[in-house]
Amino acid sequence: MASDKTTRRGFLEFVLGGGVIATLGAIFYPMFKYITPPPVAEAKLSQLKLSFTRADIEAEKQKAKYFKYGRHLGIIFLEDKNVLGALSAICTHLQCTVQNRPDWGIIWCACHNGKYSYDGKNISGPPPRPLFQFKVKEVGDTIFVSLEDS
Amino acid sequence: MNNKDNVQSGLVKNVYRWIDDRFQINALVDYMSHKEVPVHRHSAFYYFGGIALFLFIVQVITGILLLMYYRPGADSAYESVRFIITNVSFGWLIRALHSWSANLMIFAVFVHMFSVYFTSAYRKPRELTWVSGMLLLALALFFGFSGYLLPWNQLSFFATRVGTGMAGIAPVIGEKLLIILRGGEEVTGATIGRFFGLHVAILPGIFTVLLSAHLIFIQRQGMSEPLEWKNKGAHEKRYIKFFPSFLMRDLLVWLIVLNVLAVLAVVFPDGIGLVHWPLGIKADPFAPPPAVIRPEWYFMFAFQALKFLPAHILFIEGELLGMGVFTVGGIIWALVPFLDKKSSKGQKSKFFQAFGCFVLAFIIVMTFLGYILK
Repeated sequence: MASDKTTRRGFLEFVLGGGVIATLGAIFYPMFKYITPPPVAEAKLSQLKLSFTRADIEAEKQKAKYFKYGRHLGIIFLEDKNVLGALSAICTHLQCTVQNRPDWGIIWCACHNGKYSYDGKNISGPPPRPLFQFKVKEVGDTIFVSLEDS
Repeated sequence: MNNKDNVQSGLVKNVYRWIDDRFQINALVDYMSHKEVPVHRHSAFYYFGGIALFLFIVQVITGILLLMYYRPGADSAYESVRFIITNVSFGWLIRALHSWSANLMIFAVFVHMFSVYFTSAYRKPRELTWVSGMLLLALALFFGFSGYLLPWNQLSFFATRVGTGMAGIAPVIGEKLLIILRGGEEVTGATIGRFFGLHVAILPGIFTVLLSAHLIFIQRQGMSEPLEWKNKGAHEKRYIKFFPSFLMRDLLVWLIVLNVLAVLAVVFPDGIGLVHWPLGIKADPFAPPPAVIRPEWYFMFAFQALKFLPAHILFIEGELLGMGVFTVGGIIWALVPFLDKKSSKGQKSKFFQAFGCFVLAFIIVMTFLGYILK
């Protein structure tokens, strides 16, 4: 009989314990799902028409301006030979915003002294990966940027 | 007990001893274990304060969750609530729980208050427990009023206009009060900012302090015994231990309330009948008010009573007189423990029992009329 009793007790513990776990699950699962933000719809861009001209970029002290490509921040800058280049402006190290250093001829991240060449390659400092490149097209005064592979 | 249980209870004992070494909780546990709760035919009413407390906890948790997506402002409030109920996982559930538990909490608070009143449990030495409870009730109503505006829909816009307009008719300070409440002369985005601040920061802060006082008073003094027990012999009185017997029952009641709440929120996420909160259409200050404009059910009796008053009574404006009567009535109600001299001597006061019946009947009848009269 003793073993019978332990089984019954075990069964009750299982039902009660399972009930408690299921209840906690029913409370915390929706809470957990709720605090995870739903994906924000992002406009699919094939190319972006910038709201400024080459003259605006030239007028900047750093010879560069920032733009939003969908949700991504990009930087467009004047290279040495008066060519326009555009890169992702988010440093691949810890996501600071990079800036143009015309005096050094590189793209520079001030946060941890990360350095990139004008084609986006990480050449010095902590950045682990290169910055991705945008394609730049100029039609008259208007500048278009697009992603290389699109 | 088998070996595993022994190890477990050994661990629990060690942790307990560790804490007791530092904080001397033994005295507290000793105190708790001597606390008793009277058992009699009205014992069920002892649970309503606890139910209100539980629902308040639900309010805090669901409120914090809503805060993660809610954005106050005329251009964002309505949109963010719509985002919560349509895009966010279980957003509809969190909002439904917040609304349902708000309404159930007010209901539980009313039951709690009237049961305390009719059993004269407010009598000496519990005067301050009653007063702190009344202040908590006032805050809870203000919570309801301020939260109502936050979705920034048509109904909430006009309800807030009427509600703040009422504050505006108070003599001398009325105009100033109205501008402070609205953050300007009209109900605008600025009003949302103020009500939001009140609802999520100022009111919770004050409420927490008062609630702590209320609970400490109750823990210190224990549950009130019925007046009739004064003439009973010790062998005729029955008690149960607060810890663990009453606490376990309290937790069981909480579990039942949680289940009722969950069923209501899942089956009727937008509320049902007279208690409903569909998001509806966005507030438009230039649009006419909806055909039926009503306050929440717990303000209905006051709303209806004010409607019955003529524009002028003698030289005073009807609304002003009505508001005055409600204010004075509320103050008298809050001071009942000090006015009812008989109960503090252990006798039931016929006058105050009749007064309570009148107030209860007034609230029920006016609420009822508010919903059936066009």
